[in-house]
Amino acid sequence: MATQPLSNQPPHPMDFQTRSMRINNARRTLTNYFISGLSILATILVILPLIAILFYLVFKGASSLNLNFFTHIPAPVGEQGGGMANAIVGSGIILALASLMGIPVGIAAGVYLAEFGRGKALATAVRFTADVLNGVPSIVMGIAVFSLLVQGRHFSAFAGGVALAIMMVPTITRTTEEMLATVPHAIREAALGLGVPKWRTAVSVSLRTASPGIITGCMLAFARVAGETAPLLFTAFGNQFWSLKLSEPIAALPLQIYIYAISPYDEWHRLAWAGSLVLIVLIMVSVTLVRIFANRGVLKGGS
Amino acid sequence: MGVGILVEDLNAWYGTTHTLQDIRLHIPANHATALIGPSGCGKSTFVRCLNRMHETNPIARATGVVKMGEIDIYKEASPVEIRRRVGMVFQRPNPFPTMSIYDNVVSGLKLNGFRNRRVLDETVERSLKQAALWEEVKDDLKKKSGASLSGGQQQRMCIARALAVDPEVLLMDEPASALDPVSTSKIEDLIFQLKSQYTIVIVTHNMQQAARVAENTGFFLNGKMVEFDSTHKIFTNPKDKRTEDYITGRFG
Amino acid sequence: MTDERESRSSQPVPPILPNPPVVSTSLPPSNAAPSVIRDFLNKRGSGRIADNSFAALMLLCALSIFAIVLFIFGILVLHSRPSLVAFGLKFFTRQAWDPVSGDFGALPFIYGTLATSLLALCMAVPLALGVAVFLTELCPRPLRAPISFLTELLAAIPSVVYGLWAVFVLVPLMRDIIGPMLVKTLGWTGLFSGANFGVGLLTASMILAIMILPIISSLTRDIMNAVPNSQREAVLALGATRWEMIRIGVLRNSRIGIVGAIMLGLGRALGETMAVTMVIGNHPSIAKSLFAPANTLASVIAGEFSEATSDMYLSALIEIGLALFLVTIVVNAIARLMVWAVTRNAPAQVH
Repeated sequence: MATQPLSNQPPHPMDFQTRSMRINNARRTLTNYFISGLSILATILVILPLIAILFYLVFKGASSLNLNFFTHIPAPVGEQGGGMANAIVGSGIILALASLMGIPVGIAAGVYLAEFGRGKALATAVRFTADVLNGVPSIVMGIAVFSLLVQGRHFSAFAGGVALAIMMVPTITRTTEEMLATVPHAIREAALGLGVPKWRTAVSVSLRTASPGIITGCMLAFARVAGETAPLLFTAFGNQFWSLKLSEPIAALPLQIYIYAISPYDEWHRLAWAGSLVLIVLIMVSVTLVRIFANRGVLKGGS
Repeated sequence: MGVGILVEDLNAWYGTTHTLQDIRLHIPANHATALIGPSGCGKSTFVRCLNRMHETNPIARATGVVKMGEIDIYKEASPVEIRRRVGMVFQRPNPFPTMSIYDNVVSGLKLNGFRNRRVLDETVERSLKQAALWEEVKDDLKKKSGASLSGGQQQRMCIARALAVDPEVLLMDEPASALDPVSTSKIEDLIFQLKSQYTIVIVTHNMQQAARVAENTGFFLNGKMVEFDSTHKIFTNPKDKRTEDYITGRFG
Repeated sequence: MTDERESRSSQPVPPILPNPPVVSTSLPPSNAAPSVIRDFLNKRGSGRIADNSFAALMLLCALSIFAIVLFIFGILVLHSRPSLVAFGLKFFTRQAWDPVSGDFGALPFIYGTLATSLLALCMAVPLALGVAVFLTELCPRPLRAPISFLTELLAAIPSVVYGLWAVFVLVPLMRDIIGPMLVKTLGWTGLFSGANFGVGLLTASMILAIMILPIISSLTRDIMNAVPNSQREAVLALGATRWEMIRIGVLRNSRIGIVGAIMLGLGRALGETMAVTMVIGNHPSIAKSLFAPANTLASVIAGEFSEATSDMYLSALIEIGLALFLVTIVVNAIARLMVWAVTRNAPAQVH
């Protein structure tokens, strides 16, 4: 002890009031408050850019959202009144293609992992590969699909759909598997005990019970690829005009935003902001719907 | 309209654990047979071997002969075919949560492709009456989901579901163990009524239940079947000392 | 009571009786329906073919995941052959990048990728950990859901929108306010020399940091939540302050997982394309100053792919894509293993 207590009696072991102890306690308490303050500061610093971005988007983009925006294609440089209708429709087409290709394959792979592959080494390998594939940069997918489908031919909406489908499959596989794993085994046993074949059990019992969660997973994957630009750069390529043909280059909303953003024209910058606002609203609506859906689905679906 | 079950030299393994050893018995048709024994003695495994449900576990294996009526269920039929002729009721009620009561009861038919609306309606009524549940749910058949009923009602609905496929044998693995006494006694009454129409095998922890409900009882211990005789004989004058010890409560 | 089992050769086996007549007295017999049902069910086949083909189809789809990885790898190798043959492994140590003369080297881009990613990590990790600590241990319950929802919303914003905001907000901010401030305070380090146009390594790192924050933070939160409460209680019972409880009871237990989360953030940073392309200045150079324009592996592909007229140019870019593919796979694989090791027993989330 650094100093003796003032009384003449020997210090009691349970006396916590020695000076060094008090200094130590003060230091610890101060550190505690300091760290708490730091973490609150960190949270504010993180939320700040989000609010800044959203605010800026609305501020810059909302004024350009008029009927023209949703119905017209881009006007020639210098003219007013252009829109991004072709990009919105184009995105819709590419996403529909990607979903048609990616969602069935993803769900089927998830069904395999949950219903047929339980405990097998192959299933673990597939699961791990899917997780790793989720981390591959999307531009790599883009140039791979370019080399396969575009080189020697030309840019196409189909190639863009394939690139996005490849991105959807691993995500949907994992969420489908995880949702199917929440289906209680007792229900599968009930169906099997009735003499229902395994495939029918997987489809009519397991999938059906887990369907709210599986749909949620598909919507999440959809929202994620809806905003992707890099894989479309060299597959769909973009198009200033209306195009609905799958074998031709096609406009897409994120792609068009990029092209406009790096252009030197103010008018196009304005359109880029408006397009971003539309894109963000669509994505946030999906994410919020997913949240609501997921909360209700968990209560409804599983046990 | 049940059939008898003949079991000879039945052995079962879970991985390397030898869970059933040389089981040999005959379960008479249109009677209720109870299987008693301490936890983990193999009664549930045995019952699951009767409709090949143990095969749903990839590390499970069984050898021996199980004949249902004239058919050797391991050599002359597929698991799916057997399970359509044998109804099973599990320890905990397991209704299908996404289906209505109506759909739950006829799930064994609908999921196997049966479409005739009229027959389905009749089947629902018949099965729910057999399970003594009809009066309680007849107005909500398609409105309420199977999972919204109480525990006892759910189990009776599962019994109705098993009966709807008109099985020849009904297997029940401790059907009342998760239920309250009132529901339990309702289910015991059910079994009493049904046993003249089906061959019933009931696994139970509750010896009084076995005494109330079954004509024959088998005592399982450590994977072997120690004694099989009329219920009256087992409970009043068992031949084997181990049976006597269990019945008098010395273990288990 | 002796065991008389041996004296009975088998249980009393009454001959299997023919089905006795239906004697049920309490229930209305409906003979027509049962036999229809039994008849129908007996006629149904074993369904073995359907079961096997269904299982095969599901397996095929599951294998498609391997097929995708192999496809990407194969086609990238195939199409980068000219460049692989011409430059070999020295491709990654050469500094030249001259499309006109056909001389290519990827070193500037490796530098750009590493510099931006590491800088972004330095900025993002403390913030992400702070948010994670706040949300798991300090945040009052009713606020927890909205704030975590907000941080997840950050993850949902597309890269191109981040880029757009960065170009029109962050770049001027950097040029006019942050840049001069840094020169004034930290100019002695030599890291802030040279002209500042707002675009460059630092700006790219900043937007990258904002983008990788959500994934590090939400994974860290999962990992911290996977630590059992008994650990926290044990430390508190010893008289620790809240921060000490977090440090000793939670963070120490989840060190490996948090490193894994950080690596996943790194993996994301390595491959981030659009926002980086828009603010990094697109210049293949290696400079000490953080204001200097640069290029990353991903941004050079995005920026120059459509201008690659010669075969060698194209294959050099594809080779860069191949390198990016392999690096991110390795980083992600290691990261996933670390996270899995810690959250093995906790409920899973998909990220």
